[in-house]
Amino acid sequence: MSVRSAPSVWRDPVALLAAPAVLYLLVVYAFPLFWLLMKSFTGPAGPTVQPYVAFMADPFNWRVIGNTLRVAAWVTLVCFLIGYPAAFALARAGAFVQIVMLVSIILPLSIGAVVKAFAWQIVLRRDGVVSQLLLGLGIWDEPQRLLFTETGLVLGAANIFLPFMILPIYSVVKLIDPRLSEAGATLGATPLYRFAHVTLPLTLPGVVSGIAFVFSMSVSMFVIPSLLIGDRFQTLSTLTGRSFLLMRNEQLGSTTAVILLVLAVSIVVGSTWLARRMGGSTT
Amino acid sequence: MTAIERFTRWFVWAMAGFTVVFLMTPLIVTVAVSFGSSTVFTLPPPDWSTRWYERLANMRGLLPALVVSLQVAAISTAAAMVLGTLCAIALVRGRFPGRETISTFLVSPLMLPGLVIGIAMLQGFKAMGLRDVYASLLVAHVVITLPYVVRTVVGALSLLDFSLIDAARTLGCSYPAALMRVLVPALAPAFLTSGMFAFLASMDNYPISIFFTDAWTKTLPIQMLQYVEERPDPTIAAISTGLVLLAIVALIIGDRLVGLRKLADF
Repeated sequence: MSVRSAPSVWRDPVALLAAPAVLYLLVVYAFPLFWLLMKSFTGPAGPTVQPYVAFMADPFNWRVIGNTLRVAAWVTLVCFLIGYPAAFALARAGAFVQIVMLVSIILPLSIGAVVKAFAWQIVLRRDGVVSQLLLGLGIWDEPQRLLFTETGLVLGAANIFLPFMILPIYSVVKLIDPRLSEAGATLGATPLYRFAHVTLPLTLPGVVSGIAFVFSMSVSMFVIPSLLIGDRFQTLSTLTGRSFLLMRNEQLGSTTAVILLVLAVSIVVGSTWLARRMGGSTT
Repeated sequence: MTAIERFTRWFVWAMAGFTVVFLMTPLIVTVAVSFGSSTVFTLPPPDWSTRWYERLANMRGLLPALVVSLQVAAISTAAAMVLGTLCAIALVRGRFPGRETISTFLVSPLMLPGLVIGIAMLQGFKAMGLRDVYASLLVAHVVITLPYVVRTVVGALSLLDFSLIDAARTLGCSYPAALMRVLVPALAPAFLTSGMFAFLASMDNYPISIFFTDAWTKTLPIQMLQYVEERPDPTIAAISTGLVLLAIVALIIGDRLVGLRKLADF
């Protein structure tokens, strides 16, 4: 690398190769998003925040926001509780177990949400697999239907998003030298102390990006709640979809879409900042 | 080994086993239901049958939806490969400011809610005068497929030793020939895997496609969701099994080309 300042875009001909893709996305992706943002702040008589004020004034919408965040938080928690130990197992497993785990993680990633959500409709029925399992274990006395309940939605969504929790954590766990923890043991640290002071801090960047992935996907999921819980339970995403596709209420739809967009962008930006900060502190 | 360590070890492996079963459950259930004779999704099925596969031929709208999905996925993936590869070369080889920003921008469609992108495009395309549903679907799907190509090809290019191209030229290759003989084979695995996953992402997309649909143009996921809402029966499981099979084939090819562990890189 030379010390002199980087040449401008115009003097580096290679930069022109990026132009088609960047221009394409600017026109068909960035401009529409900008247009949506502008339109949501434009009323019949010029700039306005009235749609947002009206939206926030309705207690129903607060329930919708509450539903969205609560379900996303539960899904993220379930994914974390299963995914964190699973990521360790994946990193430390022998070749055969590792392949079995990798296949079961990557294969569902290549299959669409419609297929998996439809399968969960079957799994969560009164005579479905979950109900039969819990009956067999003696946890339930009689068969119950989890389909169209919040628990069922959380279970299905956690299943679909779990790979996005395991893979980022796995990518940092596999870099940790297992001897670090042994060194701690030699120096007399208890297992709990070693976990809290050696292992956990090293895995935090992966945990942050896993949580950010799962949380933002859970906030914006649309197909999964439509199939697993139905119309009576609205989230920001299903409300946005419904107001465009069914109610033809573009004003409401644009407002919720922008709220959803702001939420998603702040999760991505916030988690990137957090991960970068933690990455800096551990090295 | 202390009790805590023994418990931790046991817990980690129990969770690993649970994860495998949990993640495979929807796929196994789908396949089992599609080969069962029961109309009401009884599991395990009382008897095996292929009647749901036989019914696929008579499903109204299934074949056109499949054709639209395959066409859109193929064309948008091809377009994304061209745009994405050119851009990846600029990002890896270029020495201009803002490369970080550009690569975040190109991958960002993966991180924003699909539904919001779909709505924005619906209104944006209308404002720009693009009204044809099929063309809109194609234009939108390039945005879906592009991030996969950029991400993977940038990764492959940053590992490539570019002096190989100079070496080929020193040995008498013309510049295009050197590119064809060095760059293309070196990038082939990245092209194939990113192309495959871009193709699958396009095939499976629902939240963006739903806004570019009319009575004649429907993609497979949209047609499937319509079946689920109208009359859920194991025929849908039979279609799903087809898609599972497609994913398995993609995974096997991906494993042969770059290895499973590489596919799991995040």
